[in-house]
Amino acid sequence: MHGLILKTLQVFVQDTYGPEPWRNIAAHASLDGTEFEAMLNYDEDIFTDVVSSASSVLDKPSDAILEDVGTYLVSHPNCEGLRRLLRFGGVDFIEFLHSLDDLPDRARLAVADLDLPDLELRDHTINQFQLKIDGHLPGFVHVMTGLLRAMADDYGALALLDHSGDGGAGLQMIDITVVENAYAEGRDFELAVSPQMGEAS
Amino acid sequence: MTEFPIEMLHRFCPMHAVLDSTGHIVQAGPTLHKVGGSDLDGKRFLEIFEIYRPRSVLSMADLLKAEGRKLHIRLRGGVRTPLKGVLSANGRGGGVINLSFGISVIDAVRDYALTSTDFAPTDLAVEMLYLVEAKSAAMDASRSLNTRLQGAMVAAEKRAFTDTLTGLHNRRAVDQVLDRICRSGQPFSLMHIDLDFFKQVNDTMGHAAGDHVLRCCARAMADTSRKDDTAARVGGDEFVIIYSTLTNRNRLSDLAGHLISRIEQPIPFEDQVCNVSASIGIYCSNGSEQDPARVMEQADVALYAAKRAGRAQYCFFEDQEDRSVTADPSAIAGE
Repeated sequence: MHGLILKTLQVFVQDTYGPEPWRNIAAHASLDGTEFEAMLNYDEDIFTDVVSSASSVLDKPSDAILEDVGTYLVSHPNCEGLRRLLRFGGVDFIEFLHSLDDLPDRARLAVADLDLPDLELRDHTINQFQLKIDGHLPGFVHVMTGLLRAMADDYGALALLDHSGDGGAGLQMIDITVVENAYAEGRDFELAVSPQMGEAS
Repeated sequence: MTEFPIEMLHRFCPMHAVLDSTGHIVQAGPTLHKVGGSDLDGKRFLEIFEIYRPRSVLSMADLLKAEGRKLHIRLRGGVRTPLKGVLSANGRGGGVINLSFGISVIDAVRDYALTSTDFAPTDLAVEMLYLVEAKSAAMDASRSLNTRLQGAMVAAEKRAFTDTLTGLHNRRAVDQVLDRICRSGQPFSLMHIDLDFFKQVNDTMGHAAGDHVLRCCARAMADTSRKDDTAARVGGDEFVIIYSTLTNRNRLSDLAGHLISRIEQPIPFEDQVCNVSASIGIYCSNGSEQDPARVMEQADVALYAAKRAGRAQYCFFEDQEDRSVTADPSAIAGE
């Protein structure tokens, strides 16, 4: 499994709960150290161990933790770089949703060996969508749900999300209803990189 | 030439300008207005923009002659953003010129506060900005990993050349230094030091006492060598010091004598006192010896002679009558 995914879990816990809970999770999962390297590869079992350890140390269901990771990726100042990359997808939330099909390819452009599941957006009506997630990446549907929820906020859209369980099957669905595409003032997005961005990412 | 409706030009080419036969701007796309100032209409195109390649485009007639060619353009005032352009004539002395930022798009989006809507949906500019940001983020991560790995490598190398008990160098370090110094052809001396009576300390007072003695002796050796010298523990109670550029016999004799007397000072351990001494074989090279293995053998011969002479002595290899290196130093091994 790509180190970027494990590193994300690590910085999510550190930034959200602090260094002490992360050390406890690392110890609980019997990791060799407490640091993952974003540019190295790890065994997938490590991911499973870390998630279940996080669940018992933080006393929270795994699904909810992973959903929080998705929200964290968009809304935490330390992830501003990623939020910007996602915002390049479109000028409003619906356009962003339509750009999701390209997300795995866009991710590969940035990190060549990062394999994300295939994403396919189906539009049922003008404001009802279903995101089909096809491929094996444990917990991805939960991260994606959290991420989409946070992106809707980021664009100032009002959207309802519902996913049809993580049954372990390769195929997952997230139902998206966009109640209002421009419900509130979204967060700023300018194409130009602000000077302090480099340090935050 | 077929005229395109204005709306179509605005949508497809937000950085276009329609020029009349006198070279004045009849209309300009919304993004070009952001770049060149809002009052572009009616201005002479070449007064606001400078064509710097090809060089000789100074009039509307020159522009028409350059139809279809890639034009390198920059603003005459303000940020002087470089632009790329191409002109198509309309057959009535005027034409349409379309501009783009090219590689300068990264600065341009900042300088003119552009957004996605300032580019045609088919324009790759936004994808390019995405790529630049994604690649710099990935590059930063990669660079920080490299820095950490380099730090880890330096630490691991240091560990690999260090004797963990005494903190001196180890045999691997000696091999490397000797190899380098022999190849360089510079003069040097090598002391091969073997502790006397160490086995008794170890046997009667235990390994903790033995380790303590080794550390004390190691400190004596570190004190007897300079920064550029190499002091190492190469075996249980065997040490090597390589003195670079030092071959003066008197100086080496002083050092060896001083080292033996330092080592002979009683070493307190818990409520007891440990007493050891040292025998030293010295080999001096004027730089002609090329073979590290022979250097070690000859230092061994001198060490063997020192042991034979009654211990707590030092001997120079060059003083040995029997300089054959066939002498079997293993006879004293285990001392």
